[in-house]
Amino acid sequence: MSRTMEIIKKNAMLLVLVLVMLIFQMLIVYNNKGSLFASRNITNLIAQNGYVIILATGMLLCILTGGNIDLSVGSQVCLIAAIGATLIVKNGVNIYIGIAVCLGSGILLGAWQAFWIAYMRIPPFIVTLSGMLAYRGLARVILKGLTISPVPAEFTRYFGSFLGGGNDLQAKLRFSLILGAAVVVMLIVFVVHSRIVKVRKKYQVEPALWMGIKYAVTCAVLMFVFYSFGKDRGVPVVLILLSIVVLAYYYYTSKTVPGRYLYALGGNEKAARLSGVNTNGVMFFAYTNMGFLASIAALVCLARFNSSFPDLGRSYEMDAIGACFIGGASAYGGVGTVGGALVGTIFMGVLNNGMSILGVDQNWQEVIKGSVLLAAVIWDILSKKRKTAA
Amino acid sequence: MGGMLLQLKGIIKEFPGVRALDNVDMDVAEGEIHALVGENGAGKSTLMNVLSGIYPHGSYKGEIIFDGKTCAFSTMRDSEKLGIVIIHQELALVPYMTIAENMFLGNERGSAFNIDWDETRRKSDEFLRMVGLHESSQTLVKDIGVGKQQLVEIAKALAKNVRLLILDEPTASLNENESQKLLGLLLDFKKQGMTSILISHKLSEVSQVADRITIIRDGRTIETLIKDKDDIGEGRIIKGMVGREMNSRFPARTPKIEEITLEVKNWTVRHQLYEERLVCEDVSLNVRKGEVVGISGLMGAGRTELAMSIFGRSYGHGIKGSIFINGREIHLKNTRDAIKNGIAYVTEDRKGNGLILSNSLRVNITLSNMSKVSTHKRIDTDLERMVAEEYRKMLQVKCSSIEQNADNLSGGNQQKVLLSKWMFAEPEILILDEPTRGIDVGAKYEIYKIINDLVSNGKSVLFISSEMPELLGMCDRIYVMSEGRIVSELSREEATQEAIMSSILGTGDPIKKTA
Repeated sequence: MSRTMEIIKKNAMLLVLVLVMLIFQMLIVYNNKGSLFASRNITNLIAQNGYVIILATGMLLCILTGGNIDLSVGSQVCLIAAIGATLIVKNGVNIYIGIAVCLGSGILLGAWQAFWIAYMRIPPFIVTLSGMLAYRGLARVILKGLTISPVPAEFTRYFGSFLGGGNDLQAKLRFSLILGAAVVVMLIVFVVHSRIVKVRKKYQVEPALWMGIKYAVTCAVLMFVFYSFGKDRGVPVVLILLSIVVLAYYYYTSKTVPGRYLYALGGNEKAARLSGVNTNGVMFFAYTNMGFLASIAALVCLARFNSSFPDLGRSYEMDAIGACFIGGASAYGGVGTVGGALVGTIFMGVLNNGMSILGVDQNWQEVIKGSVLLAAVIWDILSKKRKTAA
Repeated sequence: MGGMLLQLKGIIKEFPGVRALDNVDMDVAEGEIHALVGENGAGKSTLMNVLSGIYPHGSYKGEIIFDGKTCAFSTMRDSEKLGIVIIHQELALVPYMTIAENMFLGNERGSAFNIDWDETRRKSDEFLRMVGLHESSQTLVKDIGVGKQQLVEIAKALAKNVRLLILDEPTASLNENESQKLLGLLLDFKKQGMTSILISHKLSEVSQVADRITIIRDGRTIETLIKDKDDIGEGRIIKGMVGREMNSRFPARTPKIEEITLEVKNWTVRHQLYEERLVCEDVSLNVRKGEVVGISGLMGAGRTELAMSIFGRSYGHGIKGSIFINGREIHLKNTRDAIKNGIAYVTEDRKGNGLILSNSLRVNITLSNMSKVSTHKRIDTDLERMVAEEYRKMLQVKCSSIEQNADNLSGGNQQKVLLSKWMFAEPEILILDEPTRGIDVGAKYEIYKIINDLVSNGKSVLFISSEMPELLGMCDRIYVMSEGRIVSELSREEATQEAIMSSILGTGDPIKKTA
């Protein structure tokens, strides 16, 4: 009984997400507006939220360092997209060089702020607020206040196209399902292998039943998503990029030494320093990395909107911050996971998407999103309070 | 002595999985000083939280009778209204407010929209006089020492018309002099008819001032000792607390001392913020392999500052001097260098500087030596678990599992985790700064045993402590520090409390220094 409760508690956000999805589905079907799980809509969900996932991952690292946020990411995205579009579209620079310049400038923008935050100890809120204004201004200067479009197809191919696309519907579905099956098989092999290793070394393992259920559900969801891709336009290329980012940072935060230091810094900076952690270095990395990920998000946005414009990336930072906190990151730092940020992003995405399908007024959508964010943090803090009181 | 002011009857408090209080009874008579003692985790704090309403009525079973009336407090405010005031071990003062503002925080004079500052000041001066604190009520709290802050807390309690004053480890961070002053104050208040409950690990103080002593162990009342009727000596109290006679408070060890491992020469350190102030001046000391060397001194003598500056310059400015390890001079730029060169510093402030409270035991234990559980920066979580488990067993840390967060552990167990962490760093030289502060007798004994094991395995230990009996019982040699200088070096044979005190006093007035 207590074990079940523990599992529920640990995955509460995920359960709430499923619940919200079901409620939306009921409302949508009831109002005859199609389906949340329609093939086209699944693809849309990914396209609409790709950049948020990337930014939320970077934001999570900043939040881990001590509840610090980066307000400048939206402006960073805009500035980098402006640089990219100017080079590639206006000046016809080779796209690979263009992409490299974008990534490089993202790292520079991040490092500039990171320097002041990590080594001069200027509060991140101030530094990134200044970045938010300055980067946006620079972007306008570069764009001269205008929109640059269209982006060459050669570029969008890498960030906005679909695999297995084409007109042969049968072939497309087959391709998607095979790819999905491959992913599922890889997942199963990986999970089973690590379990066998653990058992052999006599380490603790999860109960087999729970693990079976967990991965059966995961695989079923994966197969359904790939099936939806096959039914629609094929597997979105951006999904591959997202998977790489999420997996890489999941690994970084949970399995590596520098990742561990992020949690140590956020949990207790003094203790971390006295344990030989280069705390300034860790801080510097978190904010530089945010710039790097902002540049990837900028490339994705450039392809998705097929243009660069002065208002690009407006309030993206809020989406990213919101996703992290909804996903259980602590506002004081030291607590939070990439998985949580992913769930938080999907949650926000479903909320947006579901309300749009239902035709909820844009302004009310914002009210609802704001309330959900507050509720998530309140819930997090109250549940912790109960734990410490116990 | 008057009637009973407070009666606790059959208090039972349960947390998920544990019964923290199991039928605790306690009576406090009007006008007495009642001591409450027990090992860490015995349930003292829980009991006080029940009494003061932090755990509201209904969350526990049993009865609280105060002044003849049964009470049902649902918040701390309810208990304060009746005059039950608790002063916690961690002081709750706002550093950037004045003494007067702090004293009437939440209890402001005048009305909510018009604070009467003149009245506030007059009142605070009056209460400050009562507690014998000669400071202006306009001084910022951050500018006075811990000892004086403790007095401000007491004055604050007096301002609330206190009838029952509860002090939780009031002398834990005070030096001998300040402690005596505080205890004297308690006795004065007693003469004026005030009732107080004193929770303390310093049993000598308990025997000194208490009229009655209630001992709790594992959430149960074991006995109540009465002054002039029972033996209230330290040995007797310890017996009640641990349930057995403690023959020796310090485990025996045959010293096997070899060559010098750490030598510090002409070490001078300036204050972190006020660079014109010297906190350590021309300090030279050495530690040998297999030796426990103590550093004694009053609070503010510069011991922690010395230790931290040696540990990779983690404290201070303009550090001058040289460090030799095994005869070779080394330059330590940061804590990482220090760890690499085999030095570990176990901080006195385990919550603030030592542990990552929001992380698990496992994560805390491996933090200072991640390379041992990782290859190419990749953490082997399984290996990490094994390591953590090994240390948990070796040091007998009481916890539900190694995945438990550090903030849910009792003080003694946190200290063990902190020690595990630094033992895992495999240092040759360990600097232990107040390793037994605020932990109970049983846990202290275990920590002493760990120290003995370390030196018999060829490590060197530098042992900083404010408790003289502990240094005398554990060290092979003791340095005495005063005002940033080493004023004497005493061998085991020479070292006595008197010898240490007189070397401190030889250089000046100790009361002035700690201000």
